[in-house]
Amino acid sequence: MVSRLSFLGVIVRVFMWAFLLGLAVVVLYPLLWMLVNGFKTNAELFGDPFALPVDWSFDNYRKAWNRGVSDYLTTSVLVTVTSTIATVFVSAWAAYGLTRVRIPMNRTVTALILGGLMLAPTVALVPLVKMFQAMGLYNSFWALLILYTAFRIPFTTFLIRAYMIDLPREVDEAAEMDGAGRWTAFWRITLPMCKPIITSTVLLHILFTWNEYLFAMVFTSGSGVQTLPVGLTSLMSKHGTDFPVVFAGMVIAAVPVVLLFFLGQRYIVRGLADGIGK
Amino acid sequence: MRAIVRRTLGLAWVVPALVLVGVFVYLPLVQNLQFSTLEWDIYSGSREYIGFDNYRRLLDDPVFWSSFGNNLLYAVISIAVQVFGALVLAALIESIRSERWRRSLRAIYFVPSAISLTVAGLLFYFIYEPSLGPLNHLLRAVGLGELAQAWLGQESTAMTAIIAMSQWQGFGYSTLLFAVAIQRIPAEIYGAAAIDGVGPIGRFVHVTFPLVREMTGLMAIVTISGAFQVFNEVMVMTGGGPNNSTQVLGTWLYRSGFVRNDFGYAAAIATVLFVITLGIALVQLWFTRRRRVEW
Repeated sequence: MVSRLSFLGVIVRVFMWAFLLGLAVVVLYPLLWMLVNGFKTNAELFGDPFALPVDWSFDNYRKAWNRGVSDYLTTSVLVTVTSTIATVFVSAWAAYGLTRVRIPMNRTVTALILGGLMLAPTVALVPLVKMFQAMGLYNSFWALLILYTAFRIPFTTFLIRAYMIDLPREVDEAAEMDGAGRWTAFWRITLPMCKPIITSTVLLHILFTWNEYLFAMVFTSGSGVQTLPVGLTSLMSKHGTDFPVVFAGMVIAAVPVVLLFFLGQRYIVRGLADGIGK
Repeated sequence: MRAIVRRTLGLAWVVPALVLVGVFVYLPLVQNLQFSTLEWDIYSGSREYIGFDNYRRLLDDPVFWSSFGNNLLYAVISIAVQVFGALVLAALIESIRSERWRRSLRAIYFVPSAISLTVAGLLFYFIYEPSLGPLNHLLRAVGLGELAQAWLGQESTAMTAIIAMSQWQGFGYSTLLFAVAIQRIPAEIYGAAAIDGVGPIGRFVHVTFPLVREMTGLMAIVTISGAFQVFNEVMVMTGGGPNNSTQVLGTWLYRSGFVRNDFGYAAAIATVLFVITLGIALVQLWFTRRRRVEW
């Protein structure tokens, strides 16, 4: 690119940087404010909202932890881990079946599984509640595990299938000639080759499950089965105006996913881009 | 015969996915249509077929229409900010020469999208809070004290305040995706444009924008669809109040079904949402198909 540092050019660049950096402040300041408030006392919070705490103590974090956040965190971790494993394996199996195995009515099956992408969870809410009540799974860990898995299979299968389609078939065929069954070929050859997209789907599923609110709110009520997003709102309503404790809880909920994003940025971006554009 | 058996056995690969999606995604959808024709009293357990009465009630329900209007407002503002605003922003970022700055800005803007809407919603509940919230403090500090108000507590500002939070939370996500799309434009095209003496704005209008048009269309569709599924931030920030002024279709459905126990009516709202989101999804399908043919 040709660079002409004219006077006008300098002005434009200054404005551009002022805008970009200003926007970064608008994004980061509220997050830092949240982080700092987790260390304040209630009096400090209601005093000057911009001031720093006099005494940086972890008291609020300890209180939040003891007022249920430890339970919410445990449930969140459990639901996230189990539903990630279930979703990714079921989806990878389906993607393998759709791309590598000659199954009857392949096009129909593909359309049925991927068609689930078009349906909003809100639409199914009333019947799902009735269904889970009838099965005796309402207000249980199982409700969230099943729902998070079922509703994310279409998206996850979509991503893995698109990746498998582009993989060379020769390797699978060679494996078959060696007498390896499909099962072995899937675990030993295809799945390892799909590692990048599997990583993307795992990270996206973790982000989804960790942050999901609609199902978590409607299908759970006791603190033993509530995940962090719902738990935070109960923390807020149960403990009146002890707001710094709520801030501490929010920080505990936010930090793992922010770290996850920075560690797995490359895979997350790839998954998001393929998910919308491919 | 053996071939048929083998092929049928092959179905085992897709059966778990089919069963889960069939039972928990498709079946409720069909049931929902049936529920929407019932008058359903959950206390007595009595169900009565009432045909389209729930839908007729919808048409006469002012909150249904204001909810629908709020979803529309959400869609319009999100399109302006998270589609067109994000596209311009992504182009600005990608025009920076330092790779480190490009990467840092993209990542910083994305951080709010990684945290949950619950955390973001609660955070802005406090930011808008009349007495301890930094927004009013800031306004007073810069001499605009008369603008300080109870942002979420009054009908005139509550919905806009929620939508503003959601722009803060979501713009980095679409900016990131636009940045990826812009990176895929071959550098030679920009080089050719620069040699022809096309300035930066001309490059955006004549090169960047046409070449990311597909992405823009997809983002617009996804954004509209998302705007009609809004739920989390409204529940956390206002619960639909004050005086139902921030109800959206999702929260009105929830309230009708699970607070007022009017399941049939909630199912009718769900059908409306189903028609809208399915319509948008079909447009998206048509859009991606068409693009594939063009390429």
